[in-house]
Amino acid sequence: MTTGTATKQKRQLRTISMTINGVEYEGACEARKLLVDFIREDLGLTGTHVGCEHGICGACTIFLNGQTVRSCLMFAVQADGQNLVTVEGLAKEGKLHPLQEAFWEHHGLQCGFCTPGMLIGALDFLSTNSDPTEDEIRVGISGNLCRCTGYHNIVKAIKAAAPVIKQRGTIF
Amino acid sequence: MKPAQFEYFDPGTLDEALKLLRDHGDDAKVLAGGQSLVPLMNFRLARPKVIVDVNKIPGLDYVRDVDGMIHIGALTRQRTVETSSVIKGKCPLLTEATYWVGHLAIRTRGTVGGTIAHADPAAEYPCVLSALGGQVVVKGPAGERVLTADDFFVTFLTTALQPTEMVTEVRFPTVPPEAGWAFVEFSRRHGDFAIVGVAAMVQLDKQRKCTDARIALCGVGGTPFKARSAEAILKGTEVTDKVIQAAAEKVGGEVEPEGDLHGSAEYRKHLAKVLTGRTLRKALEKAGKVG
Repeated sequence: MTTGTATKQKRQLRTISMTINGVEYEGACEARKLLVDFIREDLGLTGTHVGCEHGICGACTIFLNGQTVRSCLMFAVQADGQNLVTVEGLAKEGKLHPLQEAFWEHHGLQCGFCTPGMLIGALDFLSTNSDPTEDEIRVGISGNLCRCTGYHNIVKAIKAAAPVIKQRGTIF
Repeated sequence: MKPAQFEYFDPGTLDEALKLLRDHGDDAKVLAGGQSLVPLMNFRLARPKVIVDVNKIPGLDYVRDVDGMIHIGALTRQRTVETSSVIKGKCPLLTEATYWVGHLAIRTRGTVGGTIAHADPAAEYPCVLSALGGQVVVKGPAGERVLTADDFFVTFLTTALQPTEMVTEVRFPTVPPEAGWAFVEFSRRHGDFAIVGVAAMVQLDKQRKCTDARIALCGVGGTPFKARSAEAILKGTEVTDKVIQAAAEKVGGEVEPEGDLHGSAEYRKHLAKVLTGRTLRKALEKAGKVG
């Protein structure tokens, strides 16, 4: 019966796997499970945050195959077999990423809720503009909302980190 | 809120996708970039019973220069358009408009076909398509049809697309190298939905007389507003500040926007006038400067 089959398909758990920060993960979920919820709940990577759930606040921003996406606007099944980088992947072997160092130096965070998305978003922005002016940074981070800082120190932090990151030759 | 349950299909070919749309009709929604659909699903404003995820379909991601038109595959990401040297060279108005489309993360997934098919009145790409007089290629059970922008956009979030059809390609006329062009948008924060936006292309002859003017606005009605009267004011004249002002006032007088949370009807009319003037001035600065 069509109804029965349809309901079964909707509830069906699909097995998916993805590489996140260089590590292979596997899980099973309904098609409707959002990527951000899968990463947080099924994989325990709670660094990525859920904010507005409609793509505006940027708290859920992660790297998918080298470019940023809103993980609240993707279904986990769409990331099957893909390569992700989340905030947990920025520090390497206990050493903070230069951008994280700069946020620390310049007090670029208070409550920290926007910070993972802000870091990821800023890195993607820097990959398009390695030597930005302050105005360009402000436009560049317009996809990440912060309720605490007023953005001032976030901009300072990004400005300070930009040359360090440029020197390294990679945003990761 | 999380999306309601749905049946999920990720067809590997266009034919499979079209078959799914035929089989499920009104129950199905096409999922491309998801930057407009998934927010609606997250709030349960949309509860499609069936999702047809078209992201795995090959051959729909391309940018081609064909006889004075740029043909863009429906699945081409907005981020690809942003950095396309072909588009920057042949249709720079589209490149400039892309700067205003959401944010980088949105443009990574958002597609050209998707934003056209979704037809948000505040969206930039439908505005440019309307201004330049472009086309939308649509495929369905009856085969392929090509619609003009005018015929494609019907009203708020409504197009001539049937539930069994998909946009497969969007065609933008090229901008002649000596033409001037500009896209200007106003919103509270960069990347927000436009309250009002204007796309304009102007061509002048050697005596600085206007030979062609193409203007459209977003955010002032159910579909992009093609400013035909303003275009007529410009064509055949030497475009002075007075002429620009007349065209801008004409647009401000003609548009009949609805007010909402983001801007009253009067405010949108005012913006339409001011931004038309601003956009035309920017476009004229570029006109006649070759190379």
